[in-house]
Amino acid sequence: MPKPLAAVNDFVVKFANVNGSGSASANELFARSILRMGVAVASRNIFPSNIQGLPTWYEVRVSGKGWLGRRGGVDLMVAMNPQTWDKDVASIEPGGYLFYDSTKPMPQSKFRDDIHVIAMPLTGICNKTYTDPRQRQLFKNIIYVGALAALLTIEPKVVEALIGEQFERKPKLIEPNVRAFRMGYDYAKANLAKACALKVEKADTVKDRIFIDGNDAAALGCVYAGATVAAWYPITPSTSLAEAFGKHCRKYRVDPETKANRYAIVQAEDEIAAIGMVIGAAWNGARAFTATAGPGISLMQEFLGLAYFAEIPAVIFDVQRGGPSTGMPTRTQQSDLLICAYASHGDTKHVLLLPKDPHESFEFAALSFDLADRLQTPVFVLQDLDIGMNEWLCEPLSWDARRRFDRGKVMTRDDLEAGKTFGRYLDVDGDAIAYRTLPGTHPTRGAYFTRGTSRDRFARYTEDGGAYTDNMQRLLRKIETAKTLVPAPVKRDAKLKTRYGAIYFGSTAAAMDEALVDLETRGVDLDTLRLRAFPFSEEVVEFVNAHDQIFIVEQNRDAQMRMMLVNECAIDPARFISILHYDGTPITARYITNAIAERVASLSPAARLGIAS
Amino acid sequence: MTYITKPKLHHPALPKNALGFTRRDYEGAISTLCAGCGHDSISAALIQACFELDIEPHRVAKLSGIGCSSKTPDYFLGNSHGFNSVHGRMPSVLTGANLANRELIYLGVSGDGDSASIGLGQFVHAVRRGVNMVYIVENNGVYGLTKGQFSATADFGSKSKAGGTNNDAPIDLVGMALLIGATFVARGFSGDKKQLVPLIKAAITHKGPAVIDIISPCVAFNNHAGSTKSFDFVRAHNEAVNRLDFIAARAPVTVDHEPGTVEEVTQHDGSVLRLHKLAADYDPHDRVAAANYLHQRHAEGEVVTGLLYLDPSPSDLHDLMGTVAAPLNRLTEAELCPGAAAMDDINDSYR
Repeated sequence: MPKPLAAVNDFVVKFANVNGSGSASANELFARSILRMGVAVASRNIFPSNIQGLPTWYEVRVSGKGWLGRRGGVDLMVAMNPQTWDKDVASIEPGGYLFYDSTKPMPQSKFRDDIHVIAMPLTGICNKTYTDPRQRQLFKNIIYVGALAALLTIEPKVVEALIGEQFERKPKLIEPNVRAFRMGYDYAKANLAKACALKVEKADTVKDRIFIDGNDAAALGCVYAGATVAAWYPITPSTSLAEAFGKHCRKYRVDPETKANRYAIVQAEDEIAAIGMVIGAAWNGARAFTATAGPGISLMQEFLGLAYFAEIPAVIFDVQRGGPSTGMPTRTQQSDLLICAYASHGDTKHVLLLPKDPHESFEFAALSFDLADRLQTPVFVLQDLDIGMNEWLCEPLSWDARRRFDRGKVMTRDDLEAGKTFGRYLDVDGDAIAYRTLPGTHPTRGAYFTRGTSRDRFARYTEDGGAYTDNMQRLLRKIETAKTLVPAPVKRDAKLKTRYGAIYFGSTAAAMDEALVDLETRGVDLDTLRLRAFPFSEEVVEFVNAHDQIFIVEQNRDAQMRMMLVNECAIDPARFISILHYDGTPITARYITNAIAERVASLSPAARLGIAS
Repeated sequence: MTYITKPKLHHPALPKNALGFTRRDYEGAISTLCAGCGHDSISAALIQACFELDIEPHRVAKLSGIGCSSKTPDYFLGNSHGFNSVHGRMPSVLTGANLANRELIYLGVSGDGDSASIGLGQFVHAVRRGVNMVYIVENNGVYGLTKGQFSATADFGSKSKAGGTNNDAPIDLVGMALLIGATFVARGFSGDKKQLVPLIKAAITHKGPAVIDIISPCVAFNNHAGSTKSFDFVRAHNEAVNRLDFIAARAPVTVDHEPGTVEEVTQHDGSVLRLHKLAADYDPHDRVAAANYLHQRHAEGEVVTGLLYLDPSPSDLHDLMGTVAAPLNRLTEAELCPGAAAMDDINDSYR
């Protein structure tokens, strides 16, 4: 029997539950209580595409060092689901702990010799205390939170305060929940003393950070940016973004006097209609967005080409999940890069923003509307399920009081009245962006016919090849303007001079931060560049040119970002080494560290030193 | 089509409406459709209706999909913004535009391929949502731009110009509009402008989804013997249930009719629709009876036209959503952004 794992503020707890059993709020209570102790946590839901009955997991990584990526491995398994028992037990690290409901005896063969079992008759305790079956189920979850608090030395007062806040609006529920929590806590104190050597100790690593999921944060960004029209079709994992927008609008967007709504949300009949409504609203001068996932992006292609070609602002949140087809609807991936960057038939190119966490989801959501208006083109905010549907510990949201919306180039009634020349596709400022007018602006000037067919600089239909290429070249130059406006990549230099670089983006950042420290201790020094947007700015090319070998870490099979870099920046593909992770789980630091370290070790010493052979 | 540029000069004696505009001010670019196309008559009827209603041209937004019909918004109301979107998807673009600014008049122009085939879903959903719009289907039963394939409104057994027989059941967009909650449903015929202009005027002043299915023969591909969308067929089988006079809100209402033969309906803006009954028992306020009547006459091979259904006090999408009276696209930053001041509370709620 290996020694029991002992750790303070550095371990992984995993809850194995049955979907629909009410475990989610209890598990979240557990995670938040650790945060309130000042210790960073990274929590992730691993859930099925199902409402009730299938297995679901919740993983809490407790990290005094503040690592927010998934670590991999389990130190303490809370096994509440008989369906997945064998797999759950097998996943525990040697020396780790199995906490289970011992009401019914389990055969010895169902355990392992190298783990420590913490048995608690949860069902028995519940059945003795409660008669109502639903109460038995719900309070069982709170009781195990109580037991875990005792085992891991989480302060009961912290948990009780959280219960009070959770049921602020239903105060009747506070007392029974606290009682259930106490029941579990007291039982574990009395019967399970010293059963577990994993401990939570008060610390100060959380500071003023907040715990929020990316969809919620992005929805807030839409509210702050002044989005008034949202059109969407329900699809995992983006649904909660549209719903969060509704929630925040009900709070911040109701006229205090008339109680009328300063927003419109339409649940469309499909994703095609959703993007159509966004385009119609934006054409008419409202800020509008849709939220969807890969299958929705597939459906929206034709309209996205129209918005690109007719130059209509649109904001699209793609919360990426496992593809292709229906793929893995409740798992994470970064596999919609290409379909978004080059959406629709013909020659197109679109702006992509790549947030790394919910804080950036908020920032980029708000920015996307400015960019869409300024560039008069669709802007994609590409997050993924890991960011979108999990609560992340991140920097608090902020809003500069001096910040103003950039509504881009819109000719007003006064401009038209003053006799300014209006050519809808006329590049008057040399930035390839023309002025637009909104419907209803002026009785006799500034009207034009928006179309997806080729037209001249004054929006008149033409099939003239010269006029067509003139327009297509301007659209390409507009992308050059976009490069100067999108968020710049974030560069970080290794402590020692190195010929190796690594490029990554999005939710990989959390695991990458940790992997870089691990790699450094293993003697691998890497300069890194975190991409935050497409099209790529000149800095990206400079970074690649400054290194002999570049690792590109992506969460998809086909190295989509690598393809884009090779093509867009005309870089020799041999410079890039892909590190790919696409099984639907969030990438881990362990995976990145091992993959990069192995590749570095396999390179010849000469190559490692950058000596030409 | 013609290549002659339209002269900009107006005859000085052209009649002007209350805004001082002539009919010419409501025209658009020269049509590129075939000479004699029914669609051009509909454009002319739209121009007439807007002129007579004293509508400021720039207060109209014209939206369309793809096809011969969807090209026509370029050919009328040249001072209005137009949007020729993608095939079958005009209804969603129009819905979004309407959400952004509830003050404009939204004119959706579509065809039978656009609305009954590729865009049937969008047609249905925009209507059932109660979008305040005039939805015109220029219905010729045939794909013109691709040269003569049957569309989904072609009657069973009708013949194509190339000699084929249509073996699919037709979709009747009027029947569909009744089913899905349109609050104004009419059918017109491009060859009967006298009937059509008042229908369009009534639809424009109606607050809610107003659908007008207009049989508009395709002179190039669907105007032959064996077609049920030809000029000759429609003239021979047109069964008008009523004739409509549109009386603007400020015009005096004079009584000049036999009692019992005319019904007057006052709309929300005060305008009056005077319906001269032609079919004795036809009640345009009974949705179910209207649908029955329509199907019965269709089974007899007749094309029912006129104002088929009207809800005199409809509500629209904005009413149902409870949006503010001001257009959403005009709300200020102060009205929309919670600002820096609200941020502390927001952050606290996530700790």
